[in-house]
Amino acid sequence: MLQHRVIPVLLLKNNGLVKTTHFKEPKYVGDPINAIKIFNEKEVDELMLLDIMASKEKREPNFTLIEQIAGECFMPLAYGGGISTFEQAQKLFSIGIEKVCLQSSAIENSELITKLAEHYGSQSIVVSLDVKKNWLGKYELYHASKAKTLSLNWKDYLSQVIVAGAGELVLNAVDKDGTLSGPDLELIKTASSISNVPLVAIGGIASLADIQAVIRAGASAAAAGAFFVYHGPHRAVLITYPKQDELKKLFD
Amino acid sequence: MQTIIIVDYGLGNLNSVANMIRHVGGRCEISSDLDVIAKAEKLILPGVGAFDRGMSRLSSSGIEEVLNKVVLEKRIPILGICLGMQLMTHRSEEGELNGLGWIDAEVKKFVFPNNSILKIPHMGWNKVELKKSNQLISTKDDEEQRFYFVHSYYVYAKNPNDIMCTTQYGHEFCSAFSHENIMGVQFHPEKSHRFGMEMMKKFIQI
Repeated sequence: MLQHRVIPVLLLKNNGLVKTTHFKEPKYVGDPINAIKIFNEKEVDELMLLDIMASKEKREPNFTLIEQIAGECFMPLAYGGGISTFEQAQKLFSIGIEKVCLQSSAIENSELITKLAEHYGSQSIVVSLDVKKNWLGKYELYHASKAKTLSLNWKDYLSQVIVAGAGELVLNAVDKDGTLSGPDLELIKTASSISNVPLVAIGGIASLADIQAVIRAGASAAAAGAFFVYHGPHRAVLITYPKQDELKKLFD
Repeated sequence: MQTIIIVDYGLGNLNSVANMIRHVGGRCEISSDLDVIAKAEKLILPGVGAFDRGMSRLSSSGIEEVLNKVVLEKRIPILGICLGMQLMTHRSEEGELNGLGWIDAEVKKFVFPNNSILKIPHMGWNKVELKKSNQLISTKDDEEQRFYFVHSYYVYAKNPNDIMCTTQYGHEFCSAFSHENIMGVQFHPEKSHRFGMEMMKKFIQI
Protein backbone atom coordinates (compact mmCIF):
# COMPACT_ATOMS: atom_id res chain seq x y z
CA MET A 1 0.00 0.00 0.00
CA LEU A 2 0.89 3.62 -0.30
CA GLN A 3 3.22 4.67 2.48
CA HIS A 4 2.66 7.98 4.21
CA ARG A 5 5.28 10.51 3.23
CA VAL A 6 7.70 12.15 5.64
CA ILE A 7 8.96 15.43 4.20
CA PRO A 8 11.83 17.63 5.34
CA VAL A 9 11.07 21.32 4.83
CA LEU A 10 14.05 23.52 4.02
CA LEU A 11 13.82 27.27 4.46
CA LEU A 12 15.85 29.45 2.17
CA LYS A 13 17.13 32.91 3.04
CA ASN A 14 19.82 34.67 0.97
CA ASN A 15 21.19 31.46 -0.58
CA GLY A 16 21.51 29.74 2.80
CA LEU A 17 19.26 27.40 4.72
CA VAL A 18 17.72 28.69 7.93
CA LYS A 19 15.30 27.48 10.57
CA THR A 20 12.74 29.76 12.16
CA THR A 21 10.75 29.73 15.39
CA HIS A 22 7.12 30.88 15.12
CA PHE A 23 8.01 32.03 11.58
CA LYS A 24 10.61 34.42 13.08
CA GLU A 25 14.27 34.51 14.19
CA PRO A 26 15.80 32.68 11.20
CA LYS A 27 18.96 30.85 12.26
CA TYR A 28 21.52 29.69 9.67
CA VAL A 29 21.71 25.90 9.45
CA GLY A 30 23.75 25.26 6.32
CA ASP A 31 24.38 25.25 2.61
CA PRO A 32 21.41 24.06 0.50
CA ILE A 33 23.33 21.95 -2.04
CA ASN A 34 25.18 20.15 0.71
CA ALA A 35 21.93 19.51 2.58
CA ILE A 36 20.24 18.13 -0.57
CA LYS A 37 23.13 15.73 -1.12
CA ILE A 38 22.72 14.40 2.41
CA PHE A 39 18.96 14.04 1.97
CA ASN A 40 19.58 12.17 -1.31
CA GLU A 41 21.80 9.69 0.47
CA LYS A 42 19.18 9.23 3.14
CA GLU A 43 16.56 8.58 0.45
CA VAL A 44 13.98 11.02 1.77
CA ASP A 45 10.44 10.66 0.42
CA GLU A 46 10.16 14.19 -0.87
CA LEU A 47 11.55 17.65 -0.15
CA MET A 48 9.94 21.02 0.25
CA LEU A 49 11.98 24.15 -0.30
CA LEU A 50 10.52 27.47 0.83
CA ASP A 51 12.09 30.87 0.26
CA ILE A 52 10.85 32.76 3.32
CA MET A 53 12.04 36.15 2.09
CA ALA A 54 10.86 36.28 -1.53
CA SER A 55 7.24 37.39 -0.95
CA LYS A 56 8.24 39.65 1.89
CA GLU A 57 10.79 41.38 -0.32
CA LYS A 58 8.32 41.30 -3.24
CA ARG A 59 10.82 39.57 -5.49
CA GLU A 60 10.89 36.59 -7.81
CA PRO A 61 12.13 33.13 -6.85
CA ASN A 62 15.91 32.71 -7.14
CA PHE A 63 15.70 30.59 -10.30
CA THR A 64 19.46 30.02 -10.63
CA LEU A 65 19.79 28.55 -7.15
CA ILE A 66 16.55 26.55 -7.45
CA GLU A 67 17.72 25.01 -10.72
CA GLN A 68 21.00 24.01 -9.08
CA ILE A 69 19.11 22.45 -6.17
CA ALA A 70 16.61 20.67 -8.46
CA GLY A 71 19.52 19.19 -10.42
CA GLU A 72 20.66 17.42 -7.28
CA CYS A 73 17.23 16.10 -6.28
CA PHE A 74 16.40 12.50 -7.14
CA MET A 75 13.19 12.73 -5.21
CA PRO A 76 10.17 14.98 -5.76
CA LEU A 77 10.79 18.61 -4.95
CA ALA A 78 8.21 21.24 -4.10
CA TYR A 79 9.13 24.91 -4.13
CA GLY A 80 7.36 27.86 -2.55
CA GLY A 81 8.15 31.54 -2.11
CA GLY A 82 7.61 34.59 -4.30
CA ILE A 83 5.46 32.88 -6.94
CA SER A 84 2.90 35.43 -8.07
CA THR A 85 2.53 34.80 -11.80
CA PHE A 86 1.83 31.92 -14.15
CA GLU A 87 5.12 32.55 -15.96
CA GLN A 88 7.15 32.18 -12.76
CA ALA A 89 5.50 28.82 -12.02
CA GLN A 90 6.07 27.77 -15.63
CA LYS A 91 9.76 28.56 -15.30
CA LEU A 92 9.96 26.57 -12.05
CA PHE A 93 8.38 23.50 -13.70
CA SER A 94 10.75 23.80 -16.63
CA ILE A 95 13.86 23.84 -14.41
CA GLY A 96 12.88 20.66 -12.60
CA ILE A 97 10.42 21.44 -9.81
CA GLU A 98 7.55 18.93 -9.46
CA LYS A 99 5.21 21.03 -7.37
CA VAL A 100 4.77 24.69 -6.69
CA CYS A 101 3.59 25.82 -3.29
CA LEU A 102 1.49 28.97 -3.10
CA GLN A 103 0.76 30.93 0.06
CA SER A 104 0.56 34.71 -0.32
CA SER A 105 -0.58 34.54 -3.94
CA ALA A 106 -3.20 31.87 -3.12
CA ILE A 107 -4.78 34.29 -0.65
CA GLU A 108 -4.53 37.27 -2.98
CA ASN A 109 -5.30 35.64 -6.32
CA SER A 110 -7.14 32.30 -6.34
CA GLU A 111 -7.35 32.45 -10.14
CA LEU A 112 -3.65 31.66 -10.27
CA ILE A 113 -4.35 28.32 -8.55
CA THR A 114 -7.02 27.53 -11.14
CA LYS A 115 -4.92 28.53 -14.11
CA LEU A 116 -1.94 26.51 -12.92
CA ALA A 117 -4.08 23.47 -12.06
CA GLU A 118 -5.69 23.52 -15.50
CA HIS A 119 -2.32 23.61 -17.17
CA TYR A 120 -0.15 21.40 -14.97
CA GLY A 121 -2.74 19.28 -13.19
CA SER A 122 -3.86 19.86 -9.62
CA GLN A 123 -1.31 17.33 -8.32
CA SER A 124 1.41 19.90 -9.05
CA ILE A 125 -0.29 22.71 -7.16
CA VAL A 126 0.16 22.87 -3.41
CA VAL A 127 -1.42 25.55 -1.24
CA SER A 128 0.06 26.32 2.14
CA LEU A 129 -2.43 27.19 4.85
CA ASP A 130 -0.74 28.88 7.74
CA VAL A 131 -2.95 28.78 10.80
CA LYS A 132 -2.34 30.60 14.07
CA LYS A 133 -4.28 30.73 17.33
CA ASN A 134 -5.43 34.17 18.49
CA TRP A 135 -5.36 35.27 22.15
CA LEU A 136 -8.71 33.57 22.69
CA GLY A 137 -7.33 30.28 21.37
CA LYS A 138 -9.35 30.51 18.16
CA TYR A 139 -7.68 29.39 14.93
CA GLU A 140 -7.12 32.09 12.34
CA LEU A 141 -5.64 32.20 8.86
CA TYR A 142 -2.20 33.79 8.91
CA HIS A 143 -0.66 35.76 6.06
CA ALA A 144 3.03 35.05 6.58
CA SER A 145 4.61 37.62 4.30
CA LYS A 146 2.51 40.37 5.89
CA ALA A 147 2.86 38.84 9.38
CA LYS A 148 -0.81 39.28 10.22
CA THR A 149 -3.92 37.18 10.66
CA LEU A 150 -6.88 37.51 8.32
CA SER A 151 -10.61 37.69 9.03
CA LEU A 152 -11.35 34.98 6.43
CA ASN A 153 -12.40 31.73 8.17
CA TRP A 154 -9.55 29.23 7.68
CA LYS A 155 -11.90 26.27 7.12
CA ASP A 156 -13.84 28.13 4.43
CA TYR A 157 -10.54 29.11 2.86
CA LEU A 158 -9.38 25.47 2.90
CA SER A 159 -12.48 24.39 0.95
CA GLN A 160 -12.14 27.34 -1.43
CA VAL A 161 -8.58 26.55 -2.46
CA ILE A 162 -9.51 22.92 -3.16
CA VAL A 163 -12.38 24.07 -5.37
CA ALA A 164 -9.98 26.49 -7.06
CA GLY A 165 -7.73 23.55 -7.97
CA ALA A 166 -5.22 22.85 -5.20
CA GLY A 167 -4.23 19.19 -5.32
CA GLU A 168 -2.47 19.16 -1.99
CA LEU A 169 -2.54 21.25 1.16
CA VAL A 170 0.22 22.06 3.57
CA LEU A 171 -1.22 22.78 6.98
CA ASN A 172 1.25 24.86 8.91
CA ALA A 173 0.64 25.35 12.63
CA VAL A 174 2.41 28.69 13.09
CA ASP A 175 2.43 28.48 16.91
CA LYS A 176 4.32 25.19 16.67
CA ASP A 177 6.94 26.29 14.12
CA GLY A 178 10.46 25.49 15.28
CA THR A 179 9.33 24.63 18.81
CA LEU A 180 9.84 20.85 18.74
CA SER A 181 6.91 20.80 21.19
CA GLY A 182 4.66 18.28 19.46
CA PRO A 183 2.11 18.76 16.66
CA ASP A 184 -1.30 20.42 16.93
CA LEU A 185 -3.38 17.27 16.51
CA GLU A 186 -6.72 19.01 16.99
CA LEU A 187 -6.00 21.32 14.06
CA ILE A 188 -4.87 18.39 11.88
CA LYS A 189 -8.00 16.36 12.72
CA THR A 190 -10.29 19.23 11.82
CA ALA A 191 -8.48 20.03 8.58
CA SER A 192 -8.18 16.44 7.36
CA SER A 193 -11.88 15.82 8.01
CA ILE A 194 -12.81 18.55 5.53
CA SER A 195 -10.02 18.02 2.97
CA ASN A 196 -10.50 15.50 0.16
CA VAL A 197 -6.98 16.09 -1.17
CA PRO A 198 -3.75 14.96 0.50
CA LEU A 199 -2.90 17.03 3.57
CA VAL A 200 0.68 17.58 4.70
CA ALA A 201 0.90 18.55 8.36
CA ILE A 202 3.80 20.64 9.59
CA GLY A 203 4.70 22.27 12.88
CA GLY A 204 6.02 20.95 16.19
CA ILE A 205 7.14 17.46 15.18
CA ALA A 206 9.96 16.33 17.47
CA SER A 207 9.91 12.53 17.34
CA LEU A 208 8.88 9.48 15.34
CA ALA A 209 5.91 9.14 17.70
CA ASP A 210 4.81 12.64 16.65
CA ILE A 211 4.97 11.61 13.00
CA GLN A 212 2.81 8.60 13.80
CA ALA A 213 0.34 10.80 15.73
CA VAL A 214 0.05 13.25 12.83
CA ILE A 215 -0.78 10.43 10.41
CA ARG A 216 -3.28 8.91 12.84
CA ALA A 217 -4.93 12.32 13.12
CA GLY A 218 -5.66 12.10 9.40
CA ALA A 219 -2.73 13.73 7.58
CA SER A 220 -1.49 12.03 4.42
CA ALA A 221 2.04 13.16 5.09
CA ALA A 222 4.11 14.65 7.89
CA ALA A 223 6.58 17.44 7.27
CA ALA A 224 9.12 18.93 9.62
CA GLY A 225 11.97 21.40 9.71
CA ALA A 226 13.67 21.52 13.10
CA PHE A 227 13.31 17.75 13.67
CA PHE A 228 15.49 17.01 10.64
CA VAL A 229 18.14 19.69 11.19
CA TYR A 230 18.60 20.01 14.94
CA HIS A 231 20.10 17.49 17.27
CA GLY A 232 20.17 17.41 21.08
CA PRO A 233 19.08 19.93 23.71
CA HIS A 234 21.47 22.62 22.47
CA ARG A 235 20.10 22.44 18.94
CA ALA A 236 23.34 21.51 17.24
CA VAL A 237 22.86 21.43 13.49
CA LEU A 238 22.85 17.84 12.22
CA ILE A 239 20.86 16.63 9.24
CA THR A 240 19.01 13.43 10.00
CA TYR A 241 16.18 11.37 8.52
CA PRO A 242 14.57 8.18 9.80
CA LYS A 243 15.50 4.89 8.15
CA GLN A 244 12.97 3.16 5.87
CA ASP A 245 12.36 0.29 8.30
CA GLU A 246 11.78 2.74 11.17
CA LEU A 247 9.17 4.54 9.07
CA LYS A 248 7.58 1.31 7.96
CA LYS A 249 7.13 0.22 11.58
CA LEU A 250 5.40 3.51 12.37
CA PHE A 251 2.73 3.06 9.74
CA ASP A 252 2.08 -0.69 9.99
CA MET B 1 26.28 4.66 -26.44
CA GLN B 2 22.90 5.57 -27.87
CA THR B 3 21.45 8.98 -27.18
CA ILE B 4 18.02 8.77 -25.62
CA ILE B 5 15.64 11.31 -27.10
CA ILE B 6 13.22 12.72 -24.55
CA VAL B 7 10.15 13.76 -26.52
CA ASP B 8 9.21 17.36 -25.78
CA TYR B 9 5.56 18.00 -26.60
CA GLY B 10 5.16 20.81 -24.10
CA LEU B 11 4.08 18.77 -21.09
CA GLY B 12 6.00 17.41 -18.18
CA ASN B 13 9.11 17.82 -16.22
CA LEU B 14 11.66 16.99 -18.90
CA ASN B 15 14.66 18.30 -17.03
CA SER B 16 14.19 15.84 -14.18
CA VAL B 17 14.25 12.94 -16.63
CA ALA B 18 17.34 14.28 -18.41
CA ASN B 19 19.03 14.86 -15.07
CA MET B 20 18.50 11.28 -13.96
CA ILE B 21 19.74 9.79 -17.25
CA ARG B 22 22.93 11.86 -17.09
CA HIS B 23 23.36 11.06 -13.40
CA VAL B 24 23.50 7.32 -14.15
CA GLY B 25 25.91 7.83 -17.05
CA GLY B 26 23.54 7.94 -20.01
CA ARG B 27 23.31 10.36 -22.91
CA CYS B 28 20.14 12.18 -23.75
CA GLU B 29 18.65 15.11 -25.58
CA ILE B 30 15.33 16.85 -25.07
CA SER B 31 13.74 17.44 -28.46
CA SER B 32 10.56 18.34 -30.27
CA ASP B 33 12.27 18.20 -33.67
CA LEU B 34 10.51 15.71 -35.94
CA ASP B 35 13.74 14.76 -37.73
CA VAL B 36 15.53 14.11 -34.45
CA ILE B 37 12.65 11.95 -33.20
CA ALA B 38 12.46 10.09 -36.51
CA LYS B 39 16.15 9.18 -36.30
CA ALA B 40 16.11 8.31 -32.60
CA GLU B 41 17.48 4.98 -31.46
CA LYS B 42 15.74 5.13 -28.12
CA LEU B 43 12.92 7.30 -26.82
CA ILE B 44 11.30 8.46 -23.64
CA LEU B 45 7.76 9.82 -23.70
CA PRO B 46 7.33 11.72 -20.44
CA GLY B 47 4.31 13.76 -19.47
CA VAL B 48 2.34 15.28 -16.65
CA GLY B 49 -1.12 16.69 -17.07
CA ALA B 50 -4.38 15.96 -18.85
CA PHE B 51 -4.84 13.17 -21.43
CA ASP B 52 -6.52 15.27 -24.14
CA ARG B 53 -3.99 18.06 -23.83
CA GLY B 54 -1.24 15.48 -24.29
CA MET B 55 -2.86 13.81 -27.31
CA SER B 56 -3.75 17.07 -29.03
CA ARG B 57 -0.21 18.34 -28.61
CA LEU B 58 1.23 15.09 -29.98
CA SER B 59 -1.02 15.18 -33.03
CA SER B 60 -0.92 18.91 -33.84
CA SER B 61 2.88 18.95 -33.63
CA GLY B 62 3.18 16.01 -36.03
CA ILE B 63 5.00 14.02 -33.35
CA GLU B 64 2.24 11.37 -33.22
CA GLU B 65 2.77 10.42 -36.86
CA VAL B 66 6.54 10.21 -36.47
CA LEU B 67 6.24 8.19 -33.26
CA ASN B 68 3.91 5.69 -34.93
CA LYS B 69 6.58 5.10 -37.56
CA VAL B 70 9.58 4.74 -35.27
CA VAL B 71 7.77 2.75 -32.61
CA LEU B 72 5.55 0.47 -34.70
CA GLU B 73 7.67 0.05 -37.85
CA LYS B 74 11.27 0.58 -36.74
CA ARG B 75 10.48 -0.88 -33.32
CA ILE B 76 12.67 1.55 -31.42
CA PRO B 77 12.59 0.99 -27.62
CA ILE B 78 10.36 3.58 -25.99
CA LEU B 79 9.56 4.21 -22.35
CA GLY B 80 6.42 6.12 -21.40
CA ILE B 81 6.40 7.77 -17.99
CA CYS B 82 3.19 8.68 -16.13
CA LEU B 83 0.92 10.43 -18.67
CA GLY B 84 3.34 9.17 -21.34
CA MET B 85 2.39 5.61 -20.37
CA GLN B 86 -1.32 6.43 -20.39
CA LEU B 87 -1.11 7.99 -23.87
CA MET B 88 0.11 4.62 -25.22
CA THR B 89 -3.33 3.08 -24.56
CA HIS B 90 -6.57 3.29 -26.59
CA ARG B 91 -8.43 5.87 -24.52
CA SER B 92 -8.90 7.46 -21.11
CA GLU B 93 -11.88 8.30 -18.93
CA GLU B 94 -10.14 11.64 -18.47
CA GLY B 95 -10.70 12.75 -22.06
CA GLU B 96 -12.45 12.34 -25.38
CA LEU B 97 -9.53 11.87 -27.75
CA ASN B 98 -8.15 8.53 -28.86
CA GLY B 99 -4.80 7.52 -27.42
CA LEU B 100 -1.85 6.20 -29.43
CA GLY B 101 -3.38 2.72 -29.12
CA TRP B 102 -0.07 0.83 -29.04
CA ILE B 103 -1.07 -1.21 -26.00
CA ASP B 104 -4.43 -2.94 -25.60
CA ALA B 105 -5.43 -1.00 -22.53
CA GLU B 106 -7.64 1.79 -21.25
CA VAL B 107 -7.20 4.43 -18.59
CA LYS B 108 -9.71 4.61 -15.75
CA LYS B 109 -10.27 7.01 -12.90
CA PHE B 110 -9.68 5.98 -9.30
CA VAL B 111 -13.09 6.00 -7.64
CA PHE B 112 -13.44 5.55 -3.91
CA PRO B 113 -16.46 6.02 -1.64
CA ASN B 114 -16.85 9.44 -0.02
CA ASN B 115 -15.92 8.16 3.42
CA SER B 116 -12.79 6.45 2.13
CA ILE B 117 -9.47 7.33 3.71
CA LEU B 118 -7.90 7.00 0.27
CA LYS B 119 -7.28 10.39 -1.28
CA ILE B 120 -6.97 11.20 -4.96
CA PRO B 121 -4.41 11.62 -6.47
CA HIS B 122 -2.50 8.52 -5.46
CA MET B 123 0.56 10.45 -4.35
CA GLY B 124 3.72 9.13 -2.74
CA TRP B 125 5.87 6.02 -2.52
CA ASN B 126 4.37 2.63 -3.20
CA LYS B 127 5.67 -0.85 -3.94
CA VAL B 128 5.46 -2.58 -7.27
CA GLU B 129 4.98 -6.31 -7.64
CA LEU B 130 6.70 -7.90 -10.60
CA LYS B 131 4.45 -9.94 -12.85
CA LYS B 132 6.91 -11.03 -15.51
CA SER B 133 10.57 -10.92 -16.39
CA ASN B 134 11.40 -7.75 -18.22
CA GLN B 135 14.22 -5.44 -19.20
CA LEU B 136 13.62 -2.70 -16.64
CA ILE B 137 13.39 -4.32 -13.20
CA SER B 138 15.49 -7.30 -12.19
CA THR B 139 13.41 -10.23 -10.99
CA LYS B 140 16.38 -11.72 -9.17
CA ASP B 141 16.45 -8.90 -6.70
CA ASP B 142 14.60 -9.79 -3.52
CA GLU B 143 14.51 -6.25 -2.27
CA GLU B 144 11.19 -4.48 -2.31
CA GLN B 145 10.92 -2.09 -5.27
CA ARG B 146 9.56 1.32 -4.30
CA PHE B 147 8.70 4.16 -6.63
CA TYR B 148 7.17 7.61 -6.45
CA PHE B 149 3.65 7.89 -7.87
CA VAL B 150 1.39 10.83 -8.52
CA HIS B 151 -1.72 10.21 -10.63
CA SER B 152 -5.51 10.20 -10.47
CA TYR B 153 -6.09 7.77 -13.35
CA TYR B 154 -4.67 4.27 -13.81
CA VAL B 155 -4.05 1.90 -16.68
CA TYR B 156 -6.28 -1.15 -17.09
CA ALA B 157 -4.39 -3.55 -19.38
CA LYS B 158 -6.64 -6.01 -21.19
CA ASN B 159 -3.90 -8.45 -22.09
CA PRO B 160 -2.43 -9.96 -18.87
CA ASN B 161 0.78 -10.74 -20.76
CA ASP B 162 1.48 -7.02 -21.12
CA ILE B 163 1.43 -6.39 -17.37
CA MET B 164 4.96 -5.94 -16.04
CA CYS B 165 4.11 -4.71 -12.53
CA THR B 166 1.09 -4.12 -10.39
CA THR B 167 0.55 -1.85 -7.40
CA GLN B 168 -2.15 -1.64 -4.74
CA TYR B 169 -4.17 1.51 -4.19
CA GLY B 170 -7.68 0.66 -3.12
CA HIS B 171 -7.32 -2.18 -5.61
CA GLU B 172 -4.60 -3.67 -7.77
CA PHE B 173 -3.72 -1.73 -10.91
CA CYS B 174 -1.16 -2.03 -13.69
CA SER B 175 1.79 0.17 -12.66
CA ALA B 176 4.06 -0.85 -15.54
CA PHE B 177 3.54 -2.61 -18.85
CA SER B 178 5.69 -3.87 -21.67
CA HIS B 179 4.91 -5.20 -25.09
CA GLU B 180 7.94 -5.92 -27.26
CA ASN B 181 9.74 -2.56 -27.71
CA ILE B 182 7.03 -0.55 -25.94
CA MET B 183 7.30 0.04 -22.19
CA GLY B 184 5.37 2.25 -19.83
CA VAL B 185 5.58 3.04 -16.14
CA GLN B 186 2.97 4.92 -14.14
CA PHE B 187 5.48 6.00 -11.50
CA HIS B 188 8.37 8.46 -11.84
CA PRO B 189 11.71 6.63 -12.04
CA GLU B 190 13.43 10.03 -12.37
CA LYS B 191 12.24 10.86 -8.85
CA SER B 192 12.66 7.47 -7.22
CA HIS B 193 16.20 7.44 -5.81
CA ARG B 194 18.24 4.28 -6.44
CA PHE B 195 15.19 2.30 -7.57
CA GLY B 196 14.70 4.77 -10.40
CA MET B 197 18.46 4.96 -11.07
CA GLU B 198 18.59 1.17 -11.51
CA MET B 199 15.65 1.26 -13.89
CA MET B 200 17.17 4.08 -15.96
CA LYS B 201 20.49 2.21 -16.14
CA LYS B 202 18.65 -0.84 -17.44
CA PHE B 203 16.79 1.24 -20.02
CA ILE B 204 20.10 2.73 -21.18
CA GLN B 205 21.51 -0.79 -21.61
CA ILE B 206 18.62 -2.14 -23.73
